[in-house]
Amino acid sequence: MPTVKITLDGVQLEVDNKKTIIEAARENNVHIPHFCWHEKLSASGNCRICLVEVEKMPKLAIACMTQVAEGMIVHTKNERVINAREAVMEFILINHPLDCPICDEAGECKLQDYAYKYSKGFSRFIDDKNHKEKRVEIGPRVMFDAERCISCSRCIRFCDEVAGVHQLQFVQRGDRVTIETFPGESLDNPYSMNVVDICPVGALTNKEFRFKSRVWEMSFTDSVCSGCARGCNIEIGVRNNEILRLNPRKNDDVNSVWMCDHGRLETWKHVNAETRIKSPMIRKEGQLVEVGWDEAIAKTASELKSFGKNEIALLGSAYATNEDNYVFAKFAREVLGTKNIDFARHHSGADDAVLIRADKTPNATGAEIVGVHPADGGLSFEKIIAGIKEGKIKAVYAMECDFASLPGVEEALSKLEFLAVHASNENATTKHADVVFAASTYAEKNGTITNFQQRVQRIRPAVTTLEQDRAMDNFEMSRWDKFAAHNDKWGKGPRRDARPSWKIVASIAGVMGTKFKYNTADDVFNEICQKVEGFKGLSFLKVGKKGALLKQSTVTA
Amino acid sequence: MSDDKYLQKSELIRVKDLSFLQRAYVVEILKGMFTAVKQIFKPKFTMQYPEVKVEHAASFRGRPVLVEENGTERCVACGLCSRVCPALAIEVQAGETPLAKERYPEKFEINMTRCIFCGFCEEVCPEEAIIMSNEYELAFSSQAESVFGKDRLLKSAQEMKPRLDFLRDHR
Repeated sequence: MPTVKITLDGVQLEVDNKKTIIEAARENNVHIPHFCWHEKLSASGNCRICLVEVEKMPKLAIACMTQVAEGMIVHTKNERVINAREAVMEFILINHPLDCPICDEAGECKLQDYAYKYSKGFSRFIDDKNHKEKRVEIGPRVMFDAERCISCSRCIRFCDEVAGVHQLQFVQRGDRVTIETFPGESLDNPYSMNVVDICPVGALTNKEFRFKSRVWEMSFTDSVCSGCARGCNIEIGVRNNEILRLNPRKNDDVNSVWMCDHGRLETWKHVNAETRIKSPMIRKEGQLVEVGWDEAIAKTASELKSFGKNEIALLGSAYATNEDNYVFAKFAREVLGTKNIDFARHHSGADDAVLIRADKTPNATGAEIVGVHPADGGLSFEKIIAGIKEGKIKAVYAMECDFASLPGVEEALSKLEFLAVHASNENATTKHADVVFAASTYAEKNGTITNFQQRVQRIRPAVTTLEQDRAMDNFEMSRWDKFAAHNDKWGKGPRRDARPSWKIVASIAGVMGTKFKYNTADDVFNEICQKVEGFKGLSFLKVGKKGALLKQSTVTA
Repeated sequence: MSDDKYLQKSELIRVKDLSFLQRAYVVEILKGMFTAVKQIFKPKFTMQYPEVKVEHAASFRGRPVLVEENGTERCVACGLCSRVCPALAIEVQAGETPLAKERYPEKFEINMTRCIFCGFCEEVCPEEAIIMSNEYELAFSSQAESVFGKDRLLKSAQEMKPRLDFLRDHR
């Protein structure tokens, strides 16, 4: 890599000669303000806020489009630059409405932040501001407010360069410039909502999250999307113990800084839903009745004992974590001694060129590696279903998987003598179940999942169940979470009596006479790291925020 | 130096010896009774609360209220009052309205047992929508009763005119 020496604010640096000034500065922790420049998009150089002084250049240069050169001396904080920035801010703010109090972007708005940092703090402009269209439904999931737009063109470049569809364009000139979709088109590509994230102002907003909450009222927990085998890194935004939105989090190895609309909107609603299973249930006289944990565990243990080991089948889940699946497989092996263990696959469509994978489950790779696959002579998922139909399989214990909703399965279930399931929500399978355990969703437990690249990534709890406490269990806390008292209404969303699947399985094993000694998900993961090839040498700490590849993995993408 | 000053002052206000008359006690009692009897013939200041109630000036900071104008609340549910409230007494949930202001408070609740009448909410409000009223009667028999919803918070701009005028003149 050929490098050049430059001086940035009096500091000598050696940087790659292909870099622009803004990139070189960023690498060395010098922040140059920018609106239109985005690290994952091409530079367009239209906002002019990144002006810096380069010695021997007659005029100020824009840092986002000026390539570094040998001996270049750059000033980013001198008086000339500061004056230029203030002038640019003044120009941008001429027509930007002063409506931060009603703008969803407030609190995470670049323009707002820069107005504090780089602006004079008052306006000399006495005429009326320009009025443009407000509340334009630019796409099915995105709302556009033309008055707030500062014409940075980030959204246009995103559609062209990342989503690969040309849906947006500038129209008009001067202060009448605005953004429109091409005639007959709408901003409806599967990645359209990323424009909301990259919009430096509140011009493009998330239609669904619109006015739901101010951002400073929420807590944000680093986690991983459960929408497909990609496992995009996300932040879960929570207020009053309810998930309100997901945002992508940067991870260059997995999802860059993007995520798809499906993942953003559809993967978390079940966590808040009314259909949540609120406590364990047992079928009594044809009806599911809420019971205590001990009763449900004892019932499952005694029922499972009453069947021969070839009459039982276990279904793990590609929706559950590595920890859940490991304990589940260990339960099959050491407690029941059955070989019939597998999990249902959920594929639909094909992999696309950006992020979306055909495998719609987050942890199919991990489930298989930690042991949820038929042992020698054991039955696979298809054969288990066939076995149920033939009457050979009489009892099924399934974890966090609505396998009854797969074609041709539901009619077979009535033949079963015993069906125990872990489920977070009511679904087709729970309708047939004899025992239902309330399982924590991915947003309520610690654990790891393995994506299609065999990258192990951490999920963290963002929503509390009855057995957890925000402060005691190190959750991310909003200001309200911190200061709410017991008699305050707010800070108290619904909390369900759910437990992570590995804990439920371990309890059943305990009743059946085999002690699984785990207190936390870390304990399970540490055991996986000792017992499962590929996981060796890993720990929660090493997995960290960006994940870690399994050993000797064959990375396919 | 400051220590010396302090000592001097404390010595000044200390009365060490009482005079003979003061020590005699009876004279002092009579003096006190005279003062009490004198008050009978002077105008009365005592207010017969709760039969008679104090009308406070517009500058008084009573319980916060929401201003209603043209049949709708001025509030745009920006949540700044909620953020600035040092006692975390205010909860706002915004909703969307077809009106030009775009958003309105679907829910606006003030926990009056938490409110400390500091007036920060009034000060931060960009719409002059939450203001301090002159109401001071706030006694509750349950926690639930002390949480005021929009039904009890909304007051017409007409009714709140004195306070609104005061804010316009003195802010």
